[in-house]
Amino acid sequence: MAETVSERQIGDVVLDLRNISLAFGGVNALSDISFDVREHEIRAIIGPNGAGKSSMLNVINGVYQPQQGEVVLRGQRFEKMSPGHAARAGIARTFQNIALFKGMSVLDNIMTGRNLKMKSNILQQAVWWGPAQREELAHREKVEEIIDFLEIQHIRKTPVGRLPYGLQKRVDLGRALAMEPSILLLDEPMAGMNIEEKQDMSRFILDVNDQLGTTIVLIEHDMGVVMDISDRIVVLDYGKKIGDDTPDEVRANPEVIAAYLGASH
Amino acid sequence: MGFFLETLIGGLMAGMLYSLVALGFVLIYKASGVFNFAQGAMVLFAALAMARFAEWIPGWLGFENQVLANILAFAVAAAVMFVVAWLIERLVLRHLVNQEGATLLMVTLGIAYLLEGIGQSLFGDNIYSIDVGMPKDPVLVLEGMFPGGLLINKEDFIAALIAAALVAALSLFFQKTATGRALRAVADDHQAAQSIGIPLARIWVIVWFVAGIAALVAGIIWGSKLGVQFSLATVALRALPVVILGGLTSVPGAIIGGLIIGVGEKLSEVYIGPLVGGGIEIWFAYMLALVFLLFRPQGLFGEKIIDRV
Amino acid sequence: MIYRENGQFKTSYAADQQIFPIRQDRYAIAALLVFAFVGVPLLADEYMFRAILIPFLILGLAALGVNILVGYCGQITLGAGAFMAVGAYAAYNFLARVDGMPLLGALLLGGATAAVAGIVFGVPSLRVRGLYLAVATLAAQFFFDWAFLRIKWFTLDSSSGSVSVSNLEMFGWTINSPVEKYLFCLGLLAVFALLAKNLVRGAIGRQWMAIRDMDVAAEVIGIRPMYAKLSAFAVSSFIVGVAGALWGFVHLGSWEPAAFSVDRSFQLLFMVIIGGMGSIMGSFFGAAFIVVLPIFLNQALPWLGNLVGVSISTVGVSHSEFIIFGALIVFFLIVEPHGIARLWSTAKEKLRLWPFPH
Ligand SMILES: Nc1ncnc2c1ncn2[C@@H]1O[C@H](COP(=O)(O)OP(=O)(O)OP(=O)(O)O)[C@@H](O)[C@H]1O
Ligand SMILES: [Mg+2]
Repeated sequence: MAETVSERQIGDVVLDLRNISLAFGGVNALSDISFDVREHEIRAIIGPNGAGKSSMLNVINGVYQPQQGEVVLRGQRFEKMSPGHAARAGIARTFQNIALFKGMSVLDNIMTGRNLKMKSNILQQAVWWGPAQREELAHREKVEEIIDFLEIQHIRKTPVGRLPYGLQKRVDLGRALAMEPSILLLDEPMAGMNIEEKQDMSRFILDVNDQLGTTIVLIEHDMGVVMDISDRIVVLDYGKKIGDDTPDEVRANPEVIAAYLGASH
Repeated sequence: MGFFLETLIGGLMAGMLYSLVALGFVLIYKASGVFNFAQGAMVLFAALAMARFAEWIPGWLGFENQVLANILAFAVAAAVMFVVAWLIERLVLRHLVNQEGATLLMVTLGIAYLLEGIGQSLFGDNIYSIDVGMPKDPVLVLEGMFPGGLLINKEDFIAALIAAALVAALSLFFQKTATGRALRAVADDHQAAQSIGIPLARIWVIVWFVAGIAALVAGIIWGSKLGVQFSLATVALRALPVVILGGLTSVPGAIIGGLIIGVGEKLSEVYIGPLVGGGIEIWFAYMLALVFLLFRPQGLFGEKIIDRV
Repeated sequence: MIYRENGQFKTSYAADQQIFPIRQDRYAIAALLVFAFVGVPLLADEYMFRAILIPFLILGLAALGVNILVGYCGQITLGAGAFMAVGAYAAYNFLARVDGMPLLGALLLGGATAAVAGIVFGVPSLRVRGLYLAVATLAAQFFFDWAFLRIKWFTLDSSSGSVSVSNLEMFGWTINSPVEKYLFCLGLLAVFALLAKNLVRGAIGRQWMAIRDMDVAAEVIGIRPMYAKLSAFAVSSFIVGVAGALWGFVHLGSWEPAAFSVDRSFQLLFMVIIGGMGSIMGSFFGAAFIVVLPIFLNQALPWLGNLVGVSISTVGVSHSEFIIFGALIVFFLIVEPHGIARLWSTAKEKLRLWPFPH
C-alpha cells in the first residue's frame, strides 16, 4: 500500500480553513484553528475525545456555523457555508454516529446519495414511465457499482436499521460515494470495528483516494491506521491546534504526546 | 379606557387558567419528553370524577354537608388521577422509552380518546355541575379612578387567584424540593438520570399525577363556571398556543405565555372581531403562536438547541 | 408453495423496480381490481355503497394524502380536515362561479387550491419539528373552520351556511346512483394511488423519507429541506383536497364546515397510524378499519350486551368506540408502529416460506 500512496500526485490547496472559532454556550469547541487540505491527499484530524474534531468537519460542510473565520473552497470564500452548498460543491461525508435513513433499504439509502444528479421533475416522477424511469435505471447502475465495490450485494434490499454496526458504516460510506464527491470527510469510519473490518475499511478508503482521486479528510482514533494511511495530520486538543505535520513528525511532537498521555480515553 | 382595562383584566384572568393547563403540558414534557395531548382529556376526566363523587358521596355515607362532600370528592378525584398516572406509566410510557417525540405525541392522542371514552362510561355523559361556592356576581372596583369604575367578575378573579397560587406552588416544588430537582435532572437527560439512580418510572408517575392535579383544579374552576361537559376536553386545544409561545420547557414561559394569549384573545375578540365577523379568538391565538414560531422556534424562554452530529 | 418468489429471477433492474416484483402479487392485485370494478357493483346493495364503500374510498384517498406527509415525510399534521375543507369549498366555488366548469376540473382545481394552502401552512415546518409543527397545523384547522363559517363569500352567501352540489356529470356521464358514485370514486382512487406510488418509489419519495429519518444527513447530501417538505405538503394537501371535494360533492351532497372539523383531522391521522405509516396500502387498511369499526360495534355491542343481559345504548356504543380507538392507537404505536400493513406483510412472509419454514 505504501507504494500506492507515494505514487499519487498531491496537488494544490483545495480547502483552506482560516482562523475558525466555534463556541456552544460557554464551551469553546474550536479556537482560532487554521489548516489546509491539498488535492488528492489524505488529511487526518486527531485528538482526544471532545477535542473538537467532529465540530471541525461540521464547520467544513456547513452543519455548524463558526462564530469567526472562513472556509475557502477552491479559492472561493465562505463565511457561512451551508450543508447544501457544500454538497453542491462536491463535499460528501460520513458520520461518527451513523446517520443513515433507517427506515429505508441499503439500496435506497445509496440511491438517495444521487439526488443532486437526478433531474426529472415531480410530474414526470408521478407518471414514472419515460424520463423518470430511464433516469432511475441509469442511476441504479451507478449505485450497483458502489454496492459491488463495498461488497454489500447480499444486503441491498435490507432496511439499514436491521444491519450490524460495521455494515451500517459501509453503507454510510456508500451513500457518500454515490455523490461522486471530490472531497470526502470521514468521521471515525472505523470506530467500534474489529481488526478485519478495519482492514476492509482502510482498503476502501485507500482505493477511493487512489482510483477516484478523491481528497479525504479523516478523523480516526486508531493511531496505527492514521499513521499508516494519512499524508498529513492535524492534532487538536481542547479546541486548539497543537500540531500539524507528517505522521512521523507528529509522532515525535512532545506536545502531542503530552495531550494523549494526559487525556483519558 | 375603563372598557379597555376591563377587557385587559378579563384577559389576564382567563390567561391565568391557560397558564395552569399549559403548566401541565410543561411539567410532563420536561420530565418525560412527551407532548401530552391528553391534558384536555385529563381536565374532563378529573372534573367528571369531582362532579360525580360530590354528588354520590353524601348518598353513600348518608350526610348532607356540601363542603364536606366537596372535600371528600376532591380527595377521591385526586386518588383517581393518581391511578390514571400510574396506569399510563405502566401500560404506555414504560414501553416507549427513547421513542421519538412524534410517536409519543400520537400516543397521547390515543390516551386522550381512552380517557374520554372511559370517563364518560364511568361517570356519565350529561352536563354536571360543580358547586364549590364560587361567587357569581360581578363587582365594581376603582370607582374613584375611572368614571363608572371597572366591572370585575368575582368568580374569574378568585379562579385566577387559585390558579396563580397553584402555579406558584408548582414552580416552588420544581425548584426547591428533592423530587423537583430529580425531575429536572430527568428532564435534562433520561439516561444520565437513570444511571445515577433516579427511578424513572416513579418520577413519571409523579409528574403525570401532578399534571393530573393541575387538570383537576382547572377542571373544577372551569366546571363550576361552565358546567362539566364534553367540551371541557377542548380547553387543552385553547391552551396549546400558550405552550408554543412560552416554550415547552419553561415554567415561567407557560405563565407569561398564558397571560399573553389570554389578553390577546380578549383584545382581538373585542377590537378586531367585529370587523371580520367575530369568533376569531380560537384561531387568533394559534396564528399569534404560529407567527411567533417563525421568528423564535424555541419559544419565548425555550433554549435553542443545535443538533449534534 | 402457493406463494413463492423463488425461481423468479430478475434479469434487469427495470424488472426489479416494478411496483409488485413478485408475480403472485401482480395477479392478486389484478384480481382485486377486477373484483372492485366489476364484482362489487354486482354484489353490493345500496346501503353498502352509501354507508361503507363510498366513505371508505373517499377517506382512503384522504388517508393516502395524509400518509404522504406523515408516513413518508415525517411531518405530523393535525389539520388534514381543514385541507379537505379547502378542497371542498374551492371546488364548490369553481363549479358554481365559473360557467361550464367541468366536474373533474373543479375537483382538480379544488385539490390545487388545497395544495397552495398546504404550502402556506407548511412553511412553519421549515423552522420547527414534530410537536411544534403539529400545533402549527392546528392553526390551519381552526382558521379554516372559522373562515368557512364566517366569511359568507365562500358559501355564496347562502343563508343557512350550508352549501350543496347536485347534478354531478362528467363527459356526459351523469353520476347519480350509488353504483355510479362508487365507480367514480374508485376510478379516482386507483389513479391517485398509482401516481402516489410512483412518487414514493422514486427520487422525490426518497427525499421525503430521508428528511423523515434523518434531516441533518439529508441536508448534507444535498437535499433541500424546503423543497422536500413543501412538496410533501403540496402533494399531500392536493390529494386530501380532492378527497374533501369528493366528500362534499359525492358523499354528502350538501355540507357545513363541521363536516371537516378537527375530529376529522384526528380520524385521518388515526387511519394512517392504524393502517401503517409509510405504506400506500396501509392508508386503505386504516380507512377500511375505521369506517367499518363503528358500524360493526353498533351491531355487535348491543347484541353482545343482550347475551349477558345488559342493554347497551347508542351512546354507550359511541363511548366504547372512543375506548377502542384509543386503545388501538396506543397498541399499534407500541407494538407495531407500521400498522396493519406490516402485520399483513409479515403474514405474507410466513406464507412465502410455507410449508417449509427455515
Ligand atoms: N451541537 C452541540 N451542542 C453543544 N455542544 C456541542 C455540540 N457539538 C459539540 N459540542 C461540544 O463541543 C466540544 C467538541 O465536541 P466534538 O464532538 O467536536 O469533539 P470530538 O473531537 O469529535 O470528540 P470525540 O472524539 O468524542 O468524537 C465538546 O465539548 C462538545 O460537548
Ligand atoms: Mg467526534
